[in-house]
Amino acid sequence: MELYAILQIVWWLLLGVLLVGLAVMVGMDMGVGTILRWVGRNDVERRVALNIIGPHWDGNQVWFILGGGAVFAAFPLIYATAFSGFYVVMLLLLWAMIVRPLGFEYRGKIADAAWRNAWDWSLFVSGAVPMIVFGAAIGNLFHGVPFHFEWNLTSVYTGSFLALLNPFAILCGVLSLALSVMMGALTIMNGAEGAMRSRALGLACGGAIVAFVLFAIGGLWVNALDGYQLAAQPGAGVPQTPLQQTVTIAHGAWMANFTAHPVLWLVPAAGFLGMLGALLAALTGRSYVGWWLGALAWLGVIGSAGVALFPFLLPSSSDPSMSLTLWNASSSRLTLAWMLGFTVVFVPLVIWYTGWAFWVMRGKVTPESIEHDEHAY
Amino acid sequence: MHDITVVDLSRWQFAATALYHFLFVPLTLGLSFLLAAMETVYVSTGKPIYRQMAQFWGKLFMINFALGVATGLTMEFQFGTNWSFYSSFVGDIFGAPLAIEGLMAFFMESTFVGLMVFGWERLSRGQHLAVTWLVALGSNLSALWILIANSFMQDPRGAAFNPATMRMELNSLQQLIFNPDAQSKFVHTSIAGYVTAAIFVAGISAYYMLKRRHLDLAKRSFRMAALFGVLSTIGVITLGDALGFVAAQAQPTKLAAMEGLWKTEPGPMPFNLIAFPDQSLQQNKGAVQVPYLLSLLVTHSVDGSMPGFDTLQRTAEQRVRNGIPAVQALQALSKDPHDAQALAQFEAHRQDLGYGFLAQRYAPDLAELTPQQVQQAARDSIPPVAAVFWSFRFMVAFGLAMLAFFVLGVIYTLRNRVQDKRWFLIAAVWMIPIPFLANEVGWLVAELGRQPWTVFGVLPTWMSASTHSVGYMVFSLAGFVLLYTVFIVIEMALMVRAIRQGPPDSAAALPRAVLVEG
Repeated sequence: MELYAILQIVWWLLLGVLLVGLAVMVGMDMGVGTILRWVGRNDVERRVALNIIGPHWDGNQVWFILGGGAVFAAFPLIYATAFSGFYVVMLLLLWAMIVRPLGFEYRGKIADAAWRNAWDWSLFVSGAVPMIVFGAAIGNLFHGVPFHFEWNLTSVYTGSFLALLNPFAILCGVLSLALSVMMGALTIMNGAEGAMRSRALGLACGGAIVAFVLFAIGGLWVNALDGYQLAAQPGAGVPQTPLQQTVTIAHGAWMANFTAHPVLWLVPAAGFLGMLGALLAALTGRSYVGWWLGALAWLGVIGSAGVALFPFLLPSSSDPSMSLTLWNASSSRLTLAWMLGFTVVFVPLVIWYTGWAFWVMRGKVTPESIEHDEHAY
Repeated sequence: MHDITVVDLSRWQFAATALYHFLFVPLTLGLSFLLAAMETVYVSTGKPIYRQMAQFWGKLFMINFALGVATGLTMEFQFGTNWSFYSSFVGDIFGAPLAIEGLMAFFMESTFVGLMVFGWERLSRGQHLAVTWLVALGSNLSALWILIANSFMQDPRGAAFNPATMRMELNSLQQLIFNPDAQSKFVHTSIAGYVTAAIFVAGISAYYMLKRRHLDLAKRSFRMAALFGVLSTIGVITLGDALGFVAAQAQPTKLAAMEGLWKTEPGPMPFNLIAFPDQSLQQNKGAVQVPYLLSLLVTHSVDGSMPGFDTLQRTAEQRVRNGIPAVQALQALSKDPHDAQALAQFEAHRQDLGYGFLAQRYAPDLAELTPQQVQQAARDSIPPVAAVFWSFRFMVAFGLAMLAFFVLGVIYTLRNRVQDKRWFLIAAVWMIPIPFLANEVGWLVAELGRQPWTVFGVLPTWMSASTHSVGYMVFSLAGFVLLYTVFIVIEMALMVRAIRQGPPDSAAALPRAVLVEG
């Protein structure tokens, strides 16, 4: 196979790795933000919850930033078309997200109940809204997004904001939120003791069950949707624009990859296994194991979406032949190669020092330990 | 087709969010180094006062850092949301430094900042010191990659247009990274951050000295800040000069705008100290000039010369004429990528493609372009002169004022007299906004001076924006202004509160040190 095509596939896989990293690492912090008001009944308990993720949320959030940067670098047409097309949704996402650093950093600075309550709610919004948007965005890919290109590849979005809130997208949004609540609750179980731990157990189980049911319904639903197929195209690894292919729409075509390669059923199976396993691990008090199984669940869910859509990245509903695939939306060979080089060197390094940071800050967070520590949130 | 109102509103939104973000970034760049320096003194001497300094200034650092992170997020995604044609046209080149920034710098800074704040009791002294240095290194590396990306917009090197994919593509990462503009701009901008932090620390320390509070901490902090500041200010001014020299090669229109140079004259050229450029008449009103100075500054020789806008506009007009067939060839290639005749026509005119785009604003079908419209397009290649001219003068004036301040500050602090110079301490408090203003006008010089291009000579601003409705843009701009106003009010209030509170009372903790030196 041509080197360029291999690089394109590698970057498609890396995009998946990044999305899973984002979902797991940012998702757990956002889950904690979402359940903050319920897992902590008073200010001390909420501070315990925030301090469990306190030393790490900033580093975790870089997965989100890197996700944006990597899509920009590896699939610029996706970055340009999706983010401008989803304009209002992107703004809600960004506005929700920028409140988060302030919530963490500013909440503890003034010991006033109204002040802290306000930041609690801002952390709820900035936890729940991005996770719903994240899921709903992936859900919308299965319906296609109404956009087309002019001759010079100016992308034009012709849909409305409300069209993005269709039932299937909402299902995906809630699925994503449920998984994030599950991961947040497991994280609290890892770091807290007593009553907080048992409340977190309830939320973890609830999240796992909801996610399991929605993932099953979503799978059946996708089976009944119209899917996209590449009918004619310049070929993988050939420099091209989205103006040079033909795409047809067929009932159930999103299942074609699973039908052609049955081994791929292992991917959604991993999703179900992860959710079920996380549920059992939480119930038997093994929350660390549950956290890792939760990560497996994310891998299964995002992987299933990727496999179903392959090679499509952003299908167009208004002009299907202008759909973006990994063949026509990726960067040049040189850029993909250089970026891969940086990834191979730096991602292991990042994982190594992130692991060290978690190891240094390991152990339980207790009300006494925060009172003792003047740096606590 | 682009709606020009939407383009203008997109520009306002980008400028508002970038200028706002750039209030917090320089302080992060410099203060992280000062924290590391203070902690280094603590670790090497064992004096607890330096640990207290690192922790106190670290608290202010984090209040500032939170908003830097928050506003940085919107910057990264704004290219896609508001500048989608720009993003797809140069994403192959511009996206890479942004992604590498995340991978190499931002992960490091953000992971270790958590340990810096929470790790005082968990890490050994040496480990914590290393963590603090890694935060400083991370934030500065971050600036390096962002400025490499920005420099591509100022002086697009290492890339070429590929008609097969209808976009610019990278052909040399080395040329992108080792762009002379990137090198001098990185040093100039990051050192400007050091100056910002130095004034910030010096000004707040002066406030404590005026109030006779936390004297030991204030005097030591002032001394470190003043020494750091005087070196940094000299660095900023030197590198600013180098940057001007680089701009002369890559962006003659920006340089001519900085100098208000409408006409090309033989050297030696005088420098316009003060002038009132009039864009419509293409001349200055009421200029106060210093002979020889411009030749010296720009060409580093006594009788060097540089082109004024009369010459530059004539060149631009030529390039517009030459760019028209390039765009027409592309239109043909878009329909049929294998059209050999169109490909040959494109190759013959490719170096002026951007100027063809510049003219396309007036007629989507370039065959209908009138001679007046060609002239108008050439006239468009002149940036907003008065704004660039005055931003530049303010930047330089602020820089010179800070240099004078630091020279005096160093003299006073080395004689251990600074706490007695009441007028100087009051001036120091009033100096705090100056570096922030200098950074903002510096940004304006760099980015307004680049107009009408997003990528100089390659991609005009008018076609870079997303194709949104005016309503969306008004909605988003209003949202940003509202949110950011609330944020800055909260941030300032928390800063003032933390400064008023001061560090945990040093008089009780360290009575001896205060008695001896206070």
